[in-house]
Amino acid sequence: MDGASVSVHGLGKRYGAVRAVKAVDIEVRPGEFLSLLGPSGSGKTTLLMMIAGFEIPTEGSMRIGDRDVTYVAPNRRNIGMVFQRYALFPHMTVADNVAFPLRMRKVEKTEIARRVANALALVQLQDFGKRFPSELSGGQQQRVAVARALVFEPPVLLMDEPLGALDKKLREQMQIEIKRLQQRLGVTVIYVTHDQEEALTMSDRIAVMRNGSLEQIGSPTELYDSPATPFVADFVGKTNFLEAVCQSCNGSGLEFGLGQSGFISLKDCPPNLTTPPRPGEKMRLGVRPEAIRMACPGDSDDRTLNGVVEAVIFVGSFRTFLVRLTGGELVHVQASTDHDMTQPNEGDRVGLTIPGQAVQIFRERRQ
Amino acid sequence: MAAKLLANGRRPTSAREYGPMLALALITPFVMLLFGGFLYPVGALLWGSIFVPEATLANYARILHEPLFLLVLWRTFEIAFVVTALALLLGYPVALAMARVSGRSALLIAACVLIPLWTSVLVRSYAWIVLLQRNGLVNNALIETGLTDAPLRLLYTQGAVIAAMTQVLLPFMILPIYSVVRNIPDDLVRAARNLGAGSFQAFVRVTLPLSFPGVSAGVLITFILSLGFYITPALLGGPSTLMMSTLIGQQTTELLDWPFAGALATTLLFATLLLVIVFRRALALNKGFELG
Repeated sequence: MDGASVSVHGLGKRYGAVRAVKAVDIEVRPGEFLSLLGPSGSGKTTLLMMIAGFEIPTEGSMRIGDRDVTYVAPNRRNIGMVFQRYALFPHMTVADNVAFPLRMRKVEKTEIARRVANALALVQLQDFGKRFPSELSGGQQQRVAVARALVFEPPVLLMDEPLGALDKKLREQMQIEIKRLQQRLGVTVIYVTHDQEEALTMSDRIAVMRNGSLEQIGSPTELYDSPATPFVADFVGKTNFLEAVCQSCNGSGLEFGLGQSGFISLKDCPPNLTTPPRPGEKMRLGVRPEAIRMACPGDSDDRTLNGVVEAVIFVGSFRTFLVRLTGGELVHVQASTDHDMTQPNEGDRVGLTIPGQAVQIFRERRQ
Repeated sequence: MAAKLLANGRRPTSAREYGPMLALALITPFVMLLFGGFLYPVGALLWGSIFVPEATLANYARILHEPLFLLVLWRTFEIAFVVTALALLLGYPVALAMARVSGRSALLIAACVLIPLWTSVLVRSYAWIVLLQRNGLVNNALIETGLTDAPLRLLYTQGAVIAAMTQVLLPFMILPIYSVVRNIPDDLVRAARNLGAGSFQAFVRVTLPLSFPGVSAGVLITFILSLGFYITPALLGGPSTLMMSTLIGQQTTELLDWPFAGALATTLLFATLLLVIVFRRALALNKGFELG
């Protein structure tokens, strides 16, 4: 089976005065794994429901392949879907559940049996056909839902937080299984999640949504390394935000003042700013916790920010230090546990070095 | 997750943590009522029907030998069956609508179902008399539209009894079906639609079979209630629509033949029990699943 493209043009949904989705444009390429990522209420589920045909858009249009499906009934869209709670039919056996879409398409009986067996084998549940969904574990139900959504070989598969109900270990295993299956079958997947780690692990591209609008769309590395907005920087991975005032901006680079805490200098202006900051302009700087280097004060002759360690959080493979800067800002610093240096304790004074290339600069935006 | 643990480290599960004494105390009033208000009088009737004035099955023989009594028994079941079928036919769509809509319209439907339920059966039966009598609303309408010349005899017919009983018992059909249909997750219907079912197919393949537990409860309640229905048939029925409960009423209050009334009551009780058992057996086939 080959994936189809999905194009969404100016698609919007209004409930009375509330605009749940505001004129979203997304082009999903054939065979691509695209995640819709956002907090609850960001409109990602409404968008998915419109693509599935359960919600009728109040503006815009959408196409699957070459076909306009904006107002096509859900049963005529030929899209597979895995629901949040799987939505398996409780009164049918696993085999009958998987056979359902084939029966609706009036596929011949022997062909149905063959394809159901194949689909169940695909998700390693070949011996479970005669069971009822209530007799399966959560992970097994999840696989039945995937088999049922793929058995009729749809060119597009929608998934609405399909792993939300599973525990962490199983979730990670299923992420890999789903991703592998998708690559093998070549189906286009649109995957809704609020879990940024899940989106980063599985997606070819991620569309970050917020308040019904598309905030940024790009590959996981693009989103992580060059977030377009503070929201994306904060939602995808963790980011420290520092309020800063531009001190100088010239050929030798940029310099920002952090009030009493010190200064940060950059060699180049980051690409997400179309116009370079003017001296005196207030900006927000974003720095990933793992990009910050920590040293005992005086160890380095670089210009450092000074602060005091307020808390140390042990997270297994790394530690997070909460450092209070001289000017009062609280900064998260993440350090690998196997680091050679003796690690500071609570109450120790430390110096922080922030490499210029790791700093994101955001213009203050009136919300 | 962070449920409070008991002193012995176990999670409190309500069923376990009631001590036996508390459980006993909680059910005692009900058990007393059951014994004093149901088992004892029914037992006394049963006893009376066989052992008063002396041990004999003559009362039961009389039911079997007089065609009138068998006819009444048969008619009772017939009316109950028709009323149940009509209530199901009229009630199912209402229950479905009630479960689907939300907000103000849901409130409106709920009011339409519940307000009659909260109104006395007596009042509702008299209302039917007002509607169906010689110069009642229905007859006047028929004459004015020219459908008939003279008023029809609507009251004291089997039709009147069936119409009124259906109306009175409708909520008992609607509410159990509603409570089951409301708990069918929307996603199941959506999944069916997504997988290629039209809205009618989705209803037939998913909503309908999943609503069976509610239907069976509603049918059972309505059927049993109509078997023993007293006020409405007594007020709206004539001699030709005599039902078991009216007959039993006559025997106890007018003829004062308590042993025979006991025999009639016992016959009705056992016929009902038999039917319930058969019905539950037939529906047990559908119980291979649970919702949610």
